[in-house]
Amino acid sequence: MNEQKLLELKKKAGLIRRYSIEAIAAAKSGHPGGSLSIADILSVLFFDEMKVDPKNPKWADRDRFVLSKGHCAPAYYAALALKGFFPEEDLKTLRQTESYLEGHPSMKSVPGVDMSTGSLGQGISCAVGMALAGKLDKKDYRVYTILGDGELEEGQVWEASMCAAHYKLDNLTAFVDLNGLQIDGATKDVMNSAPVTDKFAAFGWNVIAVDGHDIEAIRKAVDDAKATEGKPTVIVANTIKGKGVSFMEGNYAWHGNAPDAEQTKTALEEIDAVIAGLEG
Amino acid sequence: MAKIATREAYGKALAEFGGDERIVVLDADLSKSTKTDTFKKVYPERHINMGIAEGNMMAVAAGLATTGKVVFASSFAVFAAERACEQIRNSICYPKLNVKIGATHAGISVGEDGASHQCVEDLAIMRSLPNMVVMSPCDAQETRFAIKAAIEHEGPVYLRLGRLGVEELYTEDQKFELGKGIVLCDNGNDATIVATGLMVQEAVKAAELLKAKGINVKVVDIHTIKPIDKDLLAECAKATGTIVTVEEHNIIGGLGGAVCEALAETCPCYVKRIGLNDTFGTSGKPAELLEKFGLTAEKIAEATEAAVARK
Ligand SMILES: Cc1ncc(C[n+]2csc(CCOP(=O)(O)OP(=O)(O)O)c2C)c(N)n1
Ligand SMILES: [Mg+2]
Repeated sequence: MNEQKLLELKKKAGLIRRYSIEAIAAAKSGHPGGSLSIADILSVLFFDEMKVDPKNPKWADRDRFVLSKGHCAPAYYAALALKGFFPEEDLKTLRQTESYLEGHPSMKSVPGVDMSTGSLGQGISCAVGMALAGKLDKKDYRVYTILGDGELEEGQVWEASMCAAHYKLDNLTAFVDLNGLQIDGATKDVMNSAPVTDKFAAFGWNVIAVDGHDIEAIRKAVDDAKATEGKPTVIVANTIKGKGVSFMEGNYAWHGNAPDAEQTKTALEEIDAVIAGLEG
Repeated sequence: MAKIATREAYGKALAEFGGDERIVVLDADLSKSTKTDTFKKVYPERHINMGIAEGNMMAVAAGLATTGKVVFASSFAVFAAERACEQIRNSICYPKLNVKIGATHAGISVGEDGASHQCVEDLAIMRSLPNMVVMSPCDAQETRFAIKAAIEHEGPVYLRLGRLGVEELYTEDQKFELGKGIVLCDNGNDATIVATGLMVQEAVKAAELLKAKGINVKVVDIHTIKPIDKDLLAECAKATGTIVTVEEHNIIGGLGGAVCEALAETCPCYVKRIGLNDTFGTSGKPAELLEKFGLTAEKIAEATEAAVARK
């Protein structure tokens, strides 16, 4: 990846973080931790990989994206707005009564959203359905989905995984946001889903582990996924929940709480400093 | 007075009655939201986190119950009643096991999380399961009564609980019996407003608004949706001739449906159902949503007035 592209993707990730915090603060509710941990993945997908057309969100040949961990809609909506699906100003109406920006992704109301999610464990199955359709219709679009590591506790995730491997869905790439935390605490304490890579491998997937905040590593993993034939790929992304906001990092208390005015100011200053650093 | 959510009262009641060593509480990574963490603080060894796996949780609860445990299994209503519905049917209701489902975050008053998390179908689904008792308490005190009754009842119980704070309508010495409705207000015989859960407080306020207009109604709190208090409903239908049902639920199959079924066989009369009109909710502040979907005292009073005018 050239230096300029890398800078652009880092900047987009920074903006996704900024918009996530702003929207959650304005809504006084939402999920900052897991939104911040997927910002770099979303940046690569939406600004360096996926074929989508903001002017024609339902374009039949587009690549698909399903946010299986739907509670992280703030980051998803930020990526969609930055991509041009709807005005960036609207992001601040998140979760408000007359807004189209539902608390969890809604394909009925939000332009660019390919699947309504929010109930954990179901998104990956929907992504499998889209990938199956791609095979049936002999289309070359690809399907991407992001799961949480707590989400892996849903049995349905493994039903979907079995199905994806069984039907050799090499057009499907799943990310696991391995941030180690869920609501009630650390994933290893609440319900240990480790070892994640071995499980997917045993289910017949091509497994790649990356640093989920390393844009170039994510980029390379996506390339490997595209080059893999006959099986789906899972990119297990080691991440930090709350990445980019020091007081949220690694703290499960920030799973589903909005920052107050003072905390929002601090958070945005930290995020802006990173973005400013990129601009040199 | 401070408003207390019924989920809050649920956690407290579990802690209060938790001395009964048969009680085991399961949660699916939502202990702080369902408030089972209040029980966990006192009896950590009998609080078991099942992770984000509601279907498994319900069948594990069934297994625990086969050994004589009284199991409370908690999650948000949408994931408890719907995600794990078939496990509840086949592993809990069919063998009539002693599992109590503490389903919080019912209705649109969940607020900002939006439609995906606002359960407006659970009463209809749960009450159609043989052997299931369905309760929907309206305030903290009544929730405490309901938990106590659920522990005493042998068999599956579904407890519908809310996220939003509610006014206190009852005191400790209120008479409470599973399956028996409570006449909360008896201003006269123009109509009967039958309400459940969060809507009871609105129904009581509606009765006041109506009284000021010279319309005198009864308000009945149906805390047990199943078995429903057929006798009380028939009595009210006979006395007032007009019934208005109010619930934070789809108008199909919930309280309104249950009341219509009961009255059709005992004392048919005009029934106006108020609830969500076969639609999903949306994100927003709870109070704004209740307003948007017409679940306020004012709207209940209006509908009741119109129902009375049909007479
Ligand atoms: C089926 C279902 N059960 C419970 C929830 C409530 N819930 C929302 S987020 C969450 C924890 C998710 O943890 P994880 O997948 O690790 O997400 P992340 O850390 O990426 O935010 C839970 C239990 C839900 N949305 N869906
Ligand atoms: Mg996690």
